[in-house]
Amino acid sequence: MSAWTVVLLASGLSFATKLAGYLVPESWVDGPRRSRVLTLLPVALLAGLVAIQTFGGDGGSLHVDARLAAVAAAVVLLVLRANFLVVVVGAAAVAAGLRSLGWG
Amino acid sequence: MTSAAPTSHDDGEHPAYAALTAGDRRAVLRQSLSVGIATGAYGISFGALGVASGLTTLQTVALSLLLFSGGSQFALVGILGAGGAGSAAVATSTLLGVRNGLYALQTSRILDLGGLRRLAAAQITIDESTAVAVGQEKRRAGRLGFWVTGVTVFVFWNLMTLAGAVVGNALGDPQRWGLDAAAAAAFTALLWPRLHNRDAAATMALAVAIALLASPVLPVGVPVILTVLAAVVVGLAAHGRHERVDPEVES
Repeated sequence: MSAWTVVLLASGLSFATKLAGYLVPESWVDGPRRSRVLTLLPVALLAGLVAIQTFGGDGGSLHVDARLAAVAAAVVLLVLRANFLVVVVGAAAVAAGLRSLGWG
Repeated sequence: MTSAAPTSHDDGEHPAYAALTAGDRRAVLRQSLSVGIATGAYGISFGALGVASGLTTLQTVALSLLLFSGGSQFALVGILGAGGAGSAAVATSTLLGVRNGLYALQTSRILDLGGLRRLAAAQITIDESTAVAVGQEKRRAGRLGFWVTGVTVFVFWNLMTLAGAVVGNALGDPQRWGLDAAAAAAFTALLWPRLHNRDAAATMALAVAIALLASPVLPVGVPVILTVLAAVVVGLAAHGRHERVDPEVES
């Protein structure tokens, strides 16, 4: 498989996957039960993603490091009702600070 | 953008359809731009890594323009750079992209688009645009957030990819700046208001447990897809319990 084949095939499949979600017939997503599941769907996927971003390492291994401290700092800032930018910058600063001290 | 003209459909009594105040708009824009810029900055790492993996600058840039999904792109060039087969690179990239298609099931309902605009929306349906869209209380704020975040990430991600491919990774390791933690913190902040809803909170707890339990034993990308189960289980179990009526149900 040439490099261009890989690039264009992966791109085509990526777009087709995204578009498929927009072309699903309305009858498939109708009704209160399905509506509830669909409303919760991105919430589940993003929570799973945050878990992997926080703990995940090579080959699916799990680690506790500066990322967890950063997300914990974000939670503390959220409890204190800090504004969004403060939460994001604060978390990054905690991770960067701990790493500059040689941890995580 | 899409939230400009009120339509009869949007004029319902439901608070989710209320018009945006200037303050609402500022809050959404602040979220969208900070998520967009923080994520876009990562593009410089991707650009440098793409060229280092053996792709040309044009191929690396093409991935950011056409594939446009960070996790898939990093996995693809990672496999090629390690000497892996092209078929394995395409398969892993596609598996990691499945979640975008799942996001689209919900963002399509929030955006309610027809025709060619769906093509544009599809291309920018990624973690960041979805997170900002579903993180908003008001439907119009969700629409505004989706487009501004998606377009901001797209522009910055592509500019930074080009910069990374041409001049190398001037930023150094993005982890040094805590950018990886910034992404996780941003998603956490966007999901935070949802914790008030019992079903959403249960879904998140279950999803985190599923992802962490599955991560050591299943291929990369699969654990996150498996969290679909959390939404299905909680969504179906919550039958008859309405803490907050879904606007979709009424329309």
